[in-house]
Amino acid sequence: MKQFQYMRPTKQKAATDAVAKDPTALFIAGGTNLIDLMKREVMQPEKLVDINMLPLKKIEQRNGSVRIGALVSNSAVAEDRLIVEKFPLLSQALVSGASAQLRNMATVGGNMMQRTRCYYFYDTALPCNKREPGSGCGAIEGINDQHAIFGFSENCIAVNPSDMSVALAALDATVLLSGPKGERRIPFIDFHRLPGDQPEVDTNLMRGELIVAVDVPESPYAQNAHYLKVRERASFAFALVSVAAALDIQNNTIQSARLAMGGVAHKPWRLFDAEKALAGKPVSEESFWQAAEVAMRGAKAFEHNAFKLKLAPNSIVQALKTAAGIA
Amino acid sequence: MADDNTIDKTSQESDIPNNHSDARRTFIKQSSLLTALALAPASVVKAAEGKIDEKVADKFENVPVTLEINGVRKKLSIDPRTTTLDLLREQLGLTGTKKGCDYGQCGACTVLMDGERINSCLTFAVMLNGKKITTIEGLATGGELHPMQAAFVKHDGFQCGYCTPGQIMSAVACIREGHANTDDEIREYMSGNICRCGAYPNIVNAIKDVKNSGQKI
Ligand SMILES: Cc1cc2nc3c(=O)[nH]c(=O)nc-3n(C[C@H](O)[C@H](O)[C@H](O)COP(=O)(O)OP(=O)(O)OC[C@H]3O[C@@H](n4cnc5c(N)ncnc54)[C@H](O)[C@@H]3O)c2cc1C
Ligand code: FES
Ligand code: FES
Repeated sequence: MKQFQYMRPTKQKAATDAVAKDPTALFIAGGTNLIDLMKREVMQPEKLVDINMLPLKKIEQRNGSVRIGALVSNSAVAEDRLIVEKFPLLSQALVSGASAQLRNMATVGGNMMQRTRCYYFYDTALPCNKREPGSGCGAIEGINDQHAIFGFSENCIAVNPSDMSVALAALDATVLLSGPKGERRIPFIDFHRLPGDQPEVDTNLMRGELIVAVDVPESPYAQNAHYLKVRERASFAFALVSVAAALDIQNNTIQSARLAMGGVAHKPWRLFDAEKALAGKPVSEESFWQAAEVAMRGAKAFEHNAFKLKLAPNSIVQALKTAAGIA
Repeated sequence: MADDNTIDKTSQESDIPNNHSDARRTFIKQSSLLTALALAPASVVKAAEGKIDEKVADKFENVPVTLEINGVRKKLSIDPRTTTLDLLREQLGLTGTKKGCDYGQCGACTVLMDGERINSCLTFAVMLNGKKITTIEGLATGGELHPMQAAFVKHDGFQCGYCTPGQIMSAVACIREGHANTDDEIREYMSGNICRCGAYPNIVNAIKDVKNSGQKI
């Protein structure tokens, strides 16, 4: 591993300044993604700014929303009484990710920033535009079973691996950022970006900006929500496809729906058109199949991931049925 | 004669394997030190040779860290690249904690940090300043096996034993967290500990036994 300088500021300003001023510096929180990538020399920061002394470890009820600090661990969020009661979708998504040990270390901010698990990104002997811009995308013509079916570009077909982010995208969360130029808020669905011609940039975070918290607005979806994760083994594996489904049901009619998919794109993939298709429909398998059909419009597979074109709609229907209680 | 023989045998039995394993450990430690030196960037080797480039040495200096390991406070000076796992095994001689994958994928390196289970291979030791670490060596009290250790023996919760320290640390945390209520829940919350020998059914039985015994662990 390349050598680095280590600092542990107690003030937020000192932390953001340190990263803003030094293009080789990175924040470190739980370390579960960054240390992995540093050992493999996929990422080689020369300075690590340990943010664990910053006071970002609270979950607070606010007016109309719940604020989750960026340093709350994934297990603490998943087990929090407020979260379990108001946002079971988020709790389920978190528990489906990684292992109990990793969730104790992993933080909300770090989870949002975790990098793709694409084999080409991980293997420094292979080409990857995300790791080394301009080197080419090995996956497009290579092994691409795990890869995107939506929103990819000719430069990158990697997917975002986070489960938590899929739930937060569905729940209309907002991200609070703080950086050298002050604070700003952005909708969660605009936090991650599509690869386009700059696949090396995963998110819209600016240099030196720190994720401070995530606000999740109160919603009528707690009763009928389900996170379905399909993977190659029953536990402790990344999603092939995942679906976050949440419904507001009154008298057997869907008032409104929230739907997002994981494992299919470079960012959590919110299914706005399918949500519209569900609004006003009766709770039935037929309504769900119609929504799945709408959701899959524009999907395109590569050599090894064509199974996702079937798995994704099946998963959407299954998740909606479970959320609605008719599985 | 018979007595002499017995004594002889006993002393051999307790000496020889120890000598062997000590020698083996020393060899492994020395060879990993050599590997570390061989892999160190030229600047560091140069500094180590005494022609110290002060700027380089300054920039990447060791960081002072205070940790409590198995109840003993340690003041250490650590290269920030050292993982908690390597600190335990290579510098403190606590080789009970195992290195399986070194990437968070197997759980062999599980230890408790302030009572919570973590993968020691994916934390830098410098980040744990002021924390309390419990390893498998710190679980038993006064020569008595911890109830989870005893249950793994009773239920044959292992074959080769390589994953066992991590399994036991994780199992203790699993019960303390309240995630050992059903077989399915145990399997889900123990999924971060891989056993290549497939001792899973017996591991689940050991955990259930401790949980059902109601012992304080
Ligand atoms: C074996 C294994 C299996 C896994 N399985 C899953 C899974 O099934 N599902 C899943 O979703 N995840 C999974 N993960 C990934 C895991 O969820 C992430 O590693 C974790 O969430 C990252 O959080 P962290 O705090 O450890 O981040 P770090 O490793 O500390 O940081 C990751 C990145 O985030 C940046 N960062 C951290 N905090 C902030 C902040 N507040 N503001 C700005 N930038 C920040 C860092 O600079 C770094 O670039 C798995 C990981 C492993 C090792
Ligand atoms: S050695 Fe840490 S998880 Fe495998
Ligand atoms: S006992 Fe051999 S790996 Fe688990």
